[in-house]
This record gives sequence, structure tokens and C-alpha cells, in this order.
Amino acid sequence: MGFEKFGRISFTAQTKVAAFVDHLERGEVVASRCTQCGARYFPPRADCYRCLSDKVVLEPIQGTGRLVSFTTANYAPTGFEADVPYTLAMAEFDGLKVFGRMSKEVPEQELAVGLPVRLKVVRMPDGQLSYEFVKA
Amino acid sequence: MAKDVAIIGVGQSAFVRGYEGSIRELAFEAFREAMADAGITVKDIDASVICSAPEYDKQRSPSGLIAEYLGLNPQPTFCLETICSSSSMGLRAGYSLIKSGLHDIVVVLGFQKMSEISSADSQERMGRGADIMWESPFGTMMPAYYAMHARAHFARYGTTEKDLALIRVKSAKYGALNEKAVYRKGLNLEQVLTSEYISTPLKKFDCCANADGASCLILARAEKAKEISQKPVWILGLGAASAPMTLTGREDLTGLSCAREAARQAYAMAGVGPKDIDVAEVHDCFTIAELMAYEDLGFAEPGKGAELIREGETYVEGRIPVNVDGGLLSKGHPIGATGGSQIRTIVLQLRGEAGPVQVKGAEIGLVHNIGGVGIYGAVTILGR
Ligand SMILES: [Zn+2]
Repeated sequence: MGFEKFGRISFTAQTKVAAFVDHLERGEVVASRCTQCGARYFPPRADCYRCLSDKVVLEPIQGTGRLVSFTTANYAPTGFEADVPYTLAMAEFDGLKVFGRMSKEVPEQELAVGLPVRLKVVRMPDGQLSYEFVKA
Repeated sequence: MAKDVAIIGVGQSAFVRGYEGSIRELAFEAFREAMADAGITVKDIDASVICSAPEYDKQRSPSGLIAEYLGLNPQPTFCLETICSSSSMGLRAGYSLIKSGLHDIVVVLGFQKMSEISSADSQERMGRGADIMWESPFGTMMPAYYAMHARAHFARYGTTEKDLALIRVKSAKYGALNEKAVYRKGLNLEQVLTSEYISTPLKKFDCCANADGASCLILARAEKAKEISQKPVWILGLGAASAPMTLTGREDLTGLSCAREAARQAYAMAGVGPKDIDVAEVHDCFTIAELMAYEDLGFAEPGKGAELIREGETYVEGRIPVNVDGGLLSKGHPIGATGGSQIRTIVLQLRGEAGPVQVKGAEIGLVHNIGGVGIYGAVTILGR
């Protein structure tokens, strides 16, 4: 339990990486690193497929990333209608790609592939936790 | 070029909005046509592979029901699902069942009644077509994912919204000629370019039409095929691959790695290259998907796909005609039936039975069918 606090709507309560949410509480977005072979993963994983180890640690993603792509959705699946329009985006941070939403504070005309961004944890009015991209 | 397994019968229901019948009757429409085409009876069939994306089915375990209605008991049957590429993967399974020596004649039946569930249910399920732990919580949907590929392609290669619109104009031209297509109105460039944004930069007319439909393929071992069929079409090459479901696991967003890998395998197995393909059906669930397919299949170099459509090379009279049946964009996209419909189109082309869109002298054809946003890729090469 615990993971259901992640995102506008969560579809999963149980995962071995539920501590991701505890890190969000502390203002951090974390990736996993395998302590056996050093492989890093985002989204974080409880298991390393490269060496089959389950000895992983969660570490904050820091610094500046760059937008790989983005899109502004004018339609939404059930439960997300109130957010429309919203911008989905992917950014790369030191070799790790992160998927999420762009902050509504960034004007659409400033969005561009390659734009420097950083991660910011957000708490929604109903207490749900997530993260978004803001301009670096 | 081994000629071990042939397609001896093809059938397709009309693709329509709101089919007025049950899934069993929908499936039967494609089956009846394929059986008449092959000129066989149910006793000749050894097994069936039923292809469907179960999130749209109310019926659980549809293969049992469909096999019963088609009269295919007590032969073995099973369901195969890789979302939108289900019936191409069904062809792969059917080919394997025959090539292994288990069976002589196998039916591959794909169907989807997209209107089976309510629009609200459909909207709800749509959001869970992505990684439900890490991407669905942001409110993802299919058009958004393909839109992100379009944006990445634009940024890297200078492709434009107009290039994508040209693909839809071509699709609409041929869709209007296809009696089984759901969208049969022609569209001009301005109509496409001024349609509303669904997920930027993709607009309404960059997205495929929703439809109910079924498709059916009948496969046979070589000896049987030659005995039964006047015009067998041979399965020359099969390729299949997968890629990470989460977008963050992808190397780049300017193409689909599963398509490139499946194409590599299919070309190698058939012993042909992109230049040998006379006519192709590609998975154009969105206009950008067709553009990426040009490049992933080697019809154009990476980044040069837009030139093909700008120069009209993918029209019937062009260098490499693509989706001259209207494609998913105009024909409609009943998930489980789509691959079989694409394969049927190529079979008709290779037999010289494609009517007003016949590509003269077509001998080798290719089908590119993708499941999800590049999760599953299937490429099939067929020949006379
Ligand atoms: Zn490891």
C-alpha cells in the first residue's frame, strides 16, 4: 500500500517501490540504482533485469534535463477531464528519461524540444502527489 | 524464398460505425466471404486462431464462442492478443501451426466491435492502455503518444503538419473508393489542416476512424494450397518484435524500433529488400505512424519520409504505393480485425483483384501492423 497516492489517478496500490511516494513527500523524484551492477532505471524498479539482483536503492534525479518531446492534450480519459488542456512531456536527465506533465506555468509558446527543465514535486488539492517539469 | 504456407482465402466485413449485430455475426461476415473465396467447407479446417483486443469485448474468452458459431468444433481454437496487431500475430501463429506439421489448414479470424462497450467505458479503458503505474496517472492516451512522436520527428527532421495532412488527403482519396471503408468522404489539404487539435500537433483528421469490423484469412500448407487454390498468395517473410511499453524505455521517438526490427527479419526471411516491394499496407492509426513507417521499412531514409508523400510516390502510380485502400485512417480501425484487413488488401493486389486501386503487375507486397504505440510490431511479406 502507499503507491495509490501517486498521480492524479492511481491504478496501482501495491508495489515494492512504493517508497517512491515517501520520497515525493520529501520533495524528491527518485530513480533506482542496482547496487550489484550499477544499472540505473526510471521508472524505478525493484528488480534489475541486467543482473537479476533485487538489491536496489532509490536516488534523487537532480539537475537539469532537456525536453525530448511534448504534446498538449485537448481530450482526456475518464477522470482527467477537469485538467484539459494539459501538456504531457518527456525529458532526459543524464541518460534517464522521465515521463510526466509540464507545469501549466510554462507558456505553450515557450515549449520546444531541447528546452532545459527540472523536476518539481506537486501536491494536489486532494492530497495526491505527483511531479511536473518546470523551466530550469 | 520458401513457399511453404499460402493464403488461400480472404474475407472482410464492411467496417462500420455501430454494427447492428453481435460479435459472432460480425465475425461470420468475414468468415463467409473467406470460405467462399477459398472454396472449402468447415470440415477442411484443422484449427482456428481468434484475434481480438479483450478490453473491448463483453464476451470473456471469445475464441470458444466464435469457433462454435463458425462451426469449427471440435477443432482446437485459441485467442491471440497484441492489441492492434492481433491478427498479424494471428497469421504468425497460423503459419507456425502449419509449418510445425500440426495442421494443414488454419483460419485466422480477427474482429472488434468497438461499439460493444459504451463510450464512457471506452474512455476509461483508453487511459489504461499505457503503463498503469508510471504513465496512466498523468492522463495519457493513444493520440498523445503518437503526437509526441510527431513532435520529435518535426524537431529532428523538419517535418511539418502539412506533410502529415498530405498523408490524410491520400488516404481520403482511396477511402472514398473502398466500399468497405467507414469514412468515404474525400478531404482536401485545407480541411485536414483546419480540423481541431486532439493532441498537438495531431488534429482530428490525423487520427483514424473508429469502426466495428471483422477480417478472415485462411492459410494452407503448400500441397493443400496448390490443390485447392487457383491463386495462392505465399507467405514469404515474417517478422515480429517488441519494444518497451513505457515511453521512457525507448531509444528515440522519431520511429518505432519494433517496426524496424520486424522489417529486418521479414526482409531477411523473404530474401528481398525495400526496393522489391510493389505495394504496401502500413499501420496508419495516425498520419505520423504512416510517415514513420516509410522510414522504418526502408522506403525512405530516416528523416526523408516526408519527401515520399510530398512527391506523391506513395499513390497508386508512385514508386511505392502505400495504403491505397484508404488505410486505417479512412477504412477504420477495428483493433483485432485490422491486420487481417491489411493482409486481405495485399492478397487482392497480388492476385490482380484490387479494382480501381490495382497496382499494375504487383508481385511482392508488404504489411506493417503495429500494436499499441510501438509495443508490438509485425511485418509480413507476401508474394505470388
Ligand atoms: Zn543489476
